[in-house]
Amino acid sequence: MSSVATSQDSEGRAASLPGLSRRKPSTPARPASALAQRSRDNLNGWAFAAPFLVFFLVFLVWPLLYGMYMSLTGKSLTGANDSIIGLANYAEALADPDMWHSLGNTLYFTVISTVPLVVVALVMAALLNVGLPAQWLWRLSYFAPYLLASTVVSLFFTWMYNPQLGLINDALAKIGLPKVAWLNDPGVAMWAIVIATLWWTVGFNFLLYLAAMQNIPAQHYEAASLDGAGAWRQFFSITLPQLAPTTVMIVLLQILASLKIFDQVYQMTAGGPGGATRPVVQYIFETGFTGYRLGYSAAISYIFFGLIVAVSVIQFLITRRRSA
Amino acid sequence: MATETLARPVASTANPAVRRKPGRRMTPGRVVVLAVAALLAVLWLVPFAWATVTAFKSETDAASPKINWIPPSGFTADAFVKVFQDGNIPLWTWNSLYTSAAITVITLVISALAAYALSRIDFRGKKVLMTVIIASIIVPPPVLIIPLFYQMVALHMIDTSWAIILPQVIHPAMVFVLKKFFDQIPRELEEAAVMDGASRMRIFLQVVLPLSRPIMAAVAIFVFIGAWNNFLWPFIATNDGSILTLPVGLQTIKSAYGIQYAQNMASALLAALPLILLFLFFQRQIIKGVATTGLAGT
Repeated sequence: MSSVATSQDSEGRAASLPGLSRRKPSTPARPASALAQRSRDNLNGWAFAAPFLVFFLVFLVWPLLYGMYMSLTGKSLTGANDSIIGLANYAEALADPDMWHSLGNTLYFTVISTVPLVVVALVMAALLNVGLPAQWLWRLSYFAPYLLASTVVSLFFTWMYNPQLGLINDALAKIGLPKVAWLNDPGVAMWAIVIATLWWTVGFNFLLYLAAMQNIPAQHYEAASLDGAGAWRQFFSITLPQLAPTTVMIVLLQILASLKIFDQVYQMTAGGPGGATRPVVQYIFETGFTGYRLGYSAAISYIFFGLIVAVSVIQFLITRRRSA
Repeated sequence: MATETLARPVASTANPAVRRKPGRRMTPGRVVVLAVAALLAVLWLVPFAWATVTAFKSETDAASPKINWIPPSGFTADAFVKVFQDGNIPLWTWNSLYTSAAITVITLVISALAAYALSRIDFRGKKVLMTVIIASIIVPPPVLIIPLFYQMVALHMIDTSWAIILPQVIHPAMVFVLKKFFDQIPRELEEAAVMDGASRMRIFLQVVLPLSRPIMAAVAIFVFIGAWNNFLWPFIATNDGSILTLPVGLQTIKSAYGIQYAQNMASALLAALPLILLFLFFQRQIIKGVATTGLAGT
């Protein structure tokens, strides 16, 4: 905050200059005041940005660079080997089947979660957009889970997925379906996590869709109505095309969010059974804090980062093409 | 209102009549829509309902293999009493509240100042700064946990609230959101103040900020919800039971209570309660806030 205070001081002193030049508009005064204005702007600009910049440099830029350095060392929590070992960590990671398995799990989760998280959100928003009574009630029910901490969601679903005492298996039994081992079955566990995630976060995408739908100009629908287009027809020929940019953004944001999967998995299955759900973020966490291999863990972080950057670049290219 | 239309000029052209066509009767199509919406709403409310019913059961009833929505031995608040006697939930709620509040306040102050500079002041290096801030939006927090942990150990901040708060105050996307809003405030409003010789800081505080309440509220809501629910970083940065936040504390409860299902659900509900209550009171603002900040990236 002190830096901002100094900027105010300099501002106070300099503020008399424009006043002077206004009273005496002779030519030599102008470049001088313009120069003063520019240096004042330089000072002010950096002073206003300074508080953010300090945090930005200390807690984002520095760890990002330091992490890169760490990934080139044999650093461990036990402090055993701090020396630079070059790209050995990366070479080891690329030959590490556990790394590939966890990366595969993350990608698998991303693929099978993104589709329902976008489609269900669209359906929810479209239903509400028709004009149901008691809007707040629907919004509350669809969006409320988004306000929960991951731990709460995990507690809810672990309880409902309980093979013997759980609500879901009981419901399956009632309609004559066999019981499922949900979180204990390697073939099902990831789907169980997707269901819990869908329940938890679909409300966010739903809100974005709802806001976008309400911004579609009414004239479009009026014209279509006059042409005799029904509600179904209007949805496919007006609503969906108008939502295309929103859909692109939601899909890309969802992919980026899904790639970061960790909380629910760690809390519900701890990555199991037998590593079947362990995402790459959990592998980073475990190599670093359970295995104490900070350097190796940092290297895997950067491989993961590379993946995120690749997806972001694709996002950038798509959105830029749209706006161009 | 004036500033709201400023923020989203499209909103004024959208007619609310699209959503609510007056005088529409219940056609078969609308009945189907209502039925599907209701089915989804029920599915979305079941986990809450089941957790609530379980929390108000005795542990014996909760662990019964027969599913009962009305427990044989009646409802009881025993589980809540036990959870409160253990004494940690109120403490963790307080921890979550003040760390999230601190994160929100610091984020708002530093982001708004930076956004104002990027929007209004022509200073050398502005373009570079802008590019760096926008580029940093793509840095995923999980990539930073290893070096951040190491850094926090070096700063002797591990197991303090500072370790939870400080790394969470950088939201480059929110700087961008605020800058875009400031860009739309007419410069003429500031020129009068400039003529009067007001300093940049005074213009920011007295002219720009009062016009920016909706966007500040939106950013505050977004940051607060994120901080309140964040798990990974507080989980790594803290071990000491007395400074844990709610999400992290709950994780330790899960292993401590094990098969005491009623107490598990009671704890989960108590943890969920503050934000749900907040949502009931500020539904409009929260929905608007999430919708305006959401697309900027998380």
